[in-house]
Amino acid sequence: MSNKKENQGIVDRVWSFFSSITLAVVVFSVISLTSIVGTIIEQGADPERNIKLLSKFFGDASPTVFRILDSLGFTNMFHSWWFIALLFVFAANLIICSLDRLPRIWNIVKEPIKPLSIDLLNTMPIKREMVLKGKIDNAKGVIESALNRIGFKANVHLQDNGLQIYAERGRYSRLGVYVTHFSIILILIGAVAGIFFGFNASLNLLEGTTSAVAYMRNGKEIPLGFEIGCNDFEVSFYENSDTPKSYKSWLTILENGRPVKINGKEVTEIDVNSPLRYKGITFYQSSYGFSPTKDSLFKFSVTSNDGKKQDVQLKFGESFNIPGTNIMGKVADFSPALGIDEAGRMFTYAEMMNNPAVLVEFTENGKPKYNQWILKRYPQTWRVPDGMVEFKDLWGAQYTGLQVRKDPGVWIVYLGSLVMAVGLYAAFFMSHRRIWVTLKDEKGSTKVTIAASVNKNKAAFEQKIEKLLGGLHG
Amino acid sequence: MDSSQFFGISSIAYILAMVAYIAYLVFRNSTLGIIATTITSVGFISQTIAFFIRGKEFYDIGQMGIMRAIPLTNLYESLIFFVWCLILSYLIIEWKYKNRSFGAFITPIAGMALAFIDISGMDKNIHPLIPALQSNWLLAHVTLSFIAYATFAISFATSIMYLAVTTGNKKSGAYIFWTVTLGIFISILVTMGIDFLTFKVVARTSEAFIKSYLFKATFRSASGLIVLFSYAASAVFVYLVWRYGYVLKKLIESFSISPDLLDDLTYKNIAIGFPIFTLGGLIFGAIWADQAWGKYWSWDPKETWSLITWFVYAFYLHARFLRGWRGHKIAIVAVIGFVSTLFTYLGVNLLLSGLHSYGGG
Repeated sequence: MSNKKENQGIVDRVWSFFSSITLAVVVFSVISLTSIVGTIIEQGADPERNIKLLSKFFGDASPTVFRILDSLGFTNMFHSWWFIALLFVFAANLIICSLDRLPRIWNIVKEPIKPLSIDLLNTMPIKREMVLKGKIDNAKGVIESALNRIGFKANVHLQDNGLQIYAERGRYSRLGVYVTHFSIILILIGAVAGIFFGFNASLNLLEGTTSAVAYMRNGKEIPLGFEIGCNDFEVSFYENSDTPKSYKSWLTILENGRPVKINGKEVTEIDVNSPLRYKGITFYQSSYGFSPTKDSLFKFSVTSNDGKKQDVQLKFGESFNIPGTNIMGKVADFSPALGIDEAGRMFTYAEMMNNPAVLVEFTENGKPKYNQWILKRYPQTWRVPDGMVEFKDLWGAQYTGLQVRKDPGVWIVYLGSLVMAVGLYAAFFMSHRRIWVTLKDEKGSTKVTIAASVNKNKAAFEQKIEKLLGGLHG
Repeated sequence: MDSSQFFGISSIAYILAMVAYIAYLVFRNSTLGIIATTITSVGFISQTIAFFIRGKEFYDIGQMGIMRAIPLTNLYESLIFFVWCLILSYLIIEWKYKNRSFGAFITPIAGMALAFIDISGMDKNIHPLIPALQSNWLLAHVTLSFIAYATFAISFATSIMYLAVTTGNKKSGAYIFWTVTLGIFISILVTMGIDFLTFKVVARTSEAFIKSYLFKATFRSASGLIVLFSYAASAVFVYLVWRYGYVLKKLIESFSISPDLLDDLTYKNIAIGFPIFTLGGLIFGAIWADQAWGKYWSWDPKETWSLITWFVYAFYLHARFLRGWRGHKIAIVAVIGFVSTLFTYLGVNLLLSGLHSYGGG
């Protein structure tokens, strides 16, 4: 035995190392255990946060423990070289284990079912016997059609004083496990392709601005090859609540400074679950923010009491006119999220535009007339004594946070997922069922001997055979 | 009638069914067995109706179409759905195996989960969908995940029972393993119950509650004495389970449930749950994440824990088929698998942070 080992070449030894189940167990366990640590230590977070977390377990030693974990890569573990290496060992193990076992299974799969001798049939796990009235030919017809009913296509083999009917189903389902393993490899290949040939970046675009680049996490600029502009961004809320209903951006793609039509439209609306794709790059709605400038525009639709309507846009401190009157309105104050406390005082309750409101000072011929808070989300606040002032938007004050991704490997991942679904179905919900029925003439009647085998879920197949036999009696 | 009344009927039915199943086992009277099955079925039908009504209510509020009207968006709804899957699986097992004995073990879990919802004063209101959840993948991803969780829960119950029946020696590793696991499991459930009863009024939502008050009445109490007492009480309880574990063995034996049946049930549930979990939990989840966030896999804690759970069950299957593991060893793997499942479902939302935080609140 030891001699044999020494004679093994290096290739054999590497092969047997990677094809061992022990390695699989070790890799499974190491990936799982380190992943647990990776979910407890917050990944890519501020050191302070993790030190605070660790202090619950290690007390004063936590900064030291943190330094050790940090130097081992646990603070960005899933991208550390050793974790990636573990995934590669997992892949190698999976491939070689599968290749190691595949030939044996393949031998079974490529061989269609054959008639077998009595000796071999006696070793089958499922056996039944019965006697049918009538001659063999009659019984043959009955059994063939019974097998047909449960989806087996019968073959017939003539032998001494009788014949053997044999049939099988789901021979290829034996490959299910290997199809599943292959799909995991496909998914990993897709992931690697994405890492090498794609990028994951982000981009914040203020309403009314454009950009030709996106930014990696480390700040590196990625040229897009075209420009993308944000026309507008809007959060809408469910009625009377601050629960967001949708985050929408209206985006335009520009090539050489000119808008490009996508699906016939120059402006594309994107939402959290519906991104924009252009030239292999996908833009996802991922976040937003509020950073008003002095150039931000207040947009109103102003209607006078006699129905004259006008859309206006103006900067902070500027004035507009109610059409057909001498009344002027000036934006004197703004709150992105106006709330009223129990004492009736107004205050700003959020930093985002959850409930935008403007205070408009109205004057007639330069003389102050009245002031009113106008809230975007509440139409009842739009009515003023001399008309309607609809506060439509504060534009150029919000930015949309886009996730920008190019991933040429994602289709391989999707294909892998599809293959996995097929493989799992074959592996868990199908089985290779074989049945041999020997018919022998016995004093004018026919003796029926059934032998069957199945590679899993024997009880279900036995039940099916019982049912089949029951049908024969009747 | 609205959905909560139908949910109420099903809660009561499951608790009555529990009593009936236990009575059936004690008196061995087949009429009692039929009554137990009938009550469970009534509860199940009522819960199904409730589920549809709540879906309708959701549909009316959300106005986003049928695919976006699946009442599976918070802890309350997911617990309800979990119970529904559990009872459905149980009824299938009862029908397939013609054995009512498990009813006495499964219906208490269902009854307890529903009672837990009521006692905790969990937020039962319908909340409209936040943008990230507005996807047709919600239905496929969440329902399949929960079906898988339910099968794993059953495999947990059967593997604990398997270990209980097949171990007797108090010093053997397998015996210690199952008694300690069960002891800790029950201790945690009880302490969480104590938390709820103590702090019920303080927190507005159950999710916020769990995040800030978990174990605050016991293990994490401000008073050192209570902390000490809690640990001591749990230790004593675990000891008692270890000391008197054979009672469970006697009980299961008296129900004439064979270890082989338990082992078979454990395997079958995992064999059904694993592919469903892989497809619905991992693959559909990845596709959804890809469409919503542009990343099909980002190693966020929920994803990572799903993967860990997946590894444990993959290990179970490989150990069973390639190594021929049977008996205690394989049952222990099944138990670990469910502990990991439980952490994926609840622990991640309650204890860790990540993209899936809306799952908890």
